[in-house]
Amino acid sequence: MVQFTLPKNSKIRTGKTWPKPEGAKKTRKFQIYRWNPDDGENPRVDTYFVDMETCGPMVLDALIKIKNEIDPTLTFRRSCREGICGSCAMNIDGINTLACIYGLDEISSAEVKIYPLPHMPVVKDLIPDLTHFYAQHASIMPWLETKTNRPAKEWKQSIEDRKKLDGLYECVMCASCSTACPSYWWNGDRYLGPAALLHAYRWIIDSRDEATGQRLDQLEDPFKLYRCHTIMNCTKTCPKGLNPAKAIAEIKKMMVERAV
Amino acid sequence: MAFLTDRKRAVGWGSAKSGTEHFWAMKKSSVALLILVPLFVFTFGPALGGTYEEILAYYARPFPAIVAALTILVGFHHFNMGVQVLIEDYVHGLWEKILILLMTCVSYGAAAVGIFAIAKLAL
Repeated sequence: MVQFTLPKNSKIRTGKTWPKPEGAKKTRKFQIYRWNPDDGENPRVDTYFVDMETCGPMVLDALIKIKNEIDPTLTFRRSCREGICGSCAMNIDGINTLACIYGLDEISSAEVKIYPLPHMPVVKDLIPDLTHFYAQHASIMPWLETKTNRPAKEWKQSIEDRKKLDGLYECVMCASCSTACPSYWWNGDRYLGPAALLHAYRWIIDSRDEATGQRLDQLEDPFKLYRCHTIMNCTKTCPKGLNPAKAIAEIKKMMVERAV
Repeated sequence: MAFLTDRKRAVGWGSAKSGTEHFWAMKKSSVALLILVPLFVFTFGPALGGTYEEILAYYARPFPAIVAALTILVGFHHFNMGVQVLIEDYVHGLWEKILILLMTCVSYGAAAVGIFAIAKLAL
């Protein structure tokens, strides 16, 4: 359901300003969303100053530096540090992206504002609760579904058919796209969102998959699929440069093709 | 508080097996309006500012009258479908159904009034 104001206990206060590192000549200001489920307080925005001369080039480098050297309680997910695991998705300078592949030099303003992915329940600090997002992904059957007996060697696929999966299989499920989508904000309980739909399309057009009709049946719904109004925030924000909006449009085209 | 599994929440009641008809109808009426709106503007334009007798004579001709009637009919049909999507986006529960009913009445009521007016002018 649409919400235009934050609930009382989600209103953000100004938090602590941490001291500048001693002896640092070139520092940069970081404003980071903090929320601790255990203290019963409202969320706050803490201010940190990072010595840029001893900091790596990416936003994740700065976050790790803050955690290591300034405030060990700062909580965020990270793993691969090269944009392949999708763990460190967060809202940086107003854009949903992966902290590990987003350069600090890409942020034009002097201060760096970091928030968790929008409109998701927060577990702690920069960690959103993605339980529902993952369950939606599981619901589109993200695997090869076949009825024919398994071939002795492998399911064959032509080079042309394999090419159709390019731009789809690269999705790392970071949730940047879905949490950038207003339709997903307002109707995320029923609308599958761009990430799950991109994955759905990846299996729908897989030449080896034998459940195409069943997959289309499962998606044919005013909310599951047709809440997409081609706003394109998903495509604009995708840190991997993929185009979920196009994948959704292709599903809609197949739906019409099947009926008309 | 309900002890539902994550998967149960995600799947809900499953697919409604509908929506494509609505989507396709929106596309069809969009294409129709793409043709009708310019025709309406260019047939309505010359009649603007005319006297009562001139307008009566102008809309007694079949082409301007049919274009105007079709634009009103298709336009409000399209409007009704669009507003339904808008309500579904932002309002849920009983009010969603009430508003959709209300806006359907408003849309087709407005279309009826427009077509009646054109019929009165034309016939």
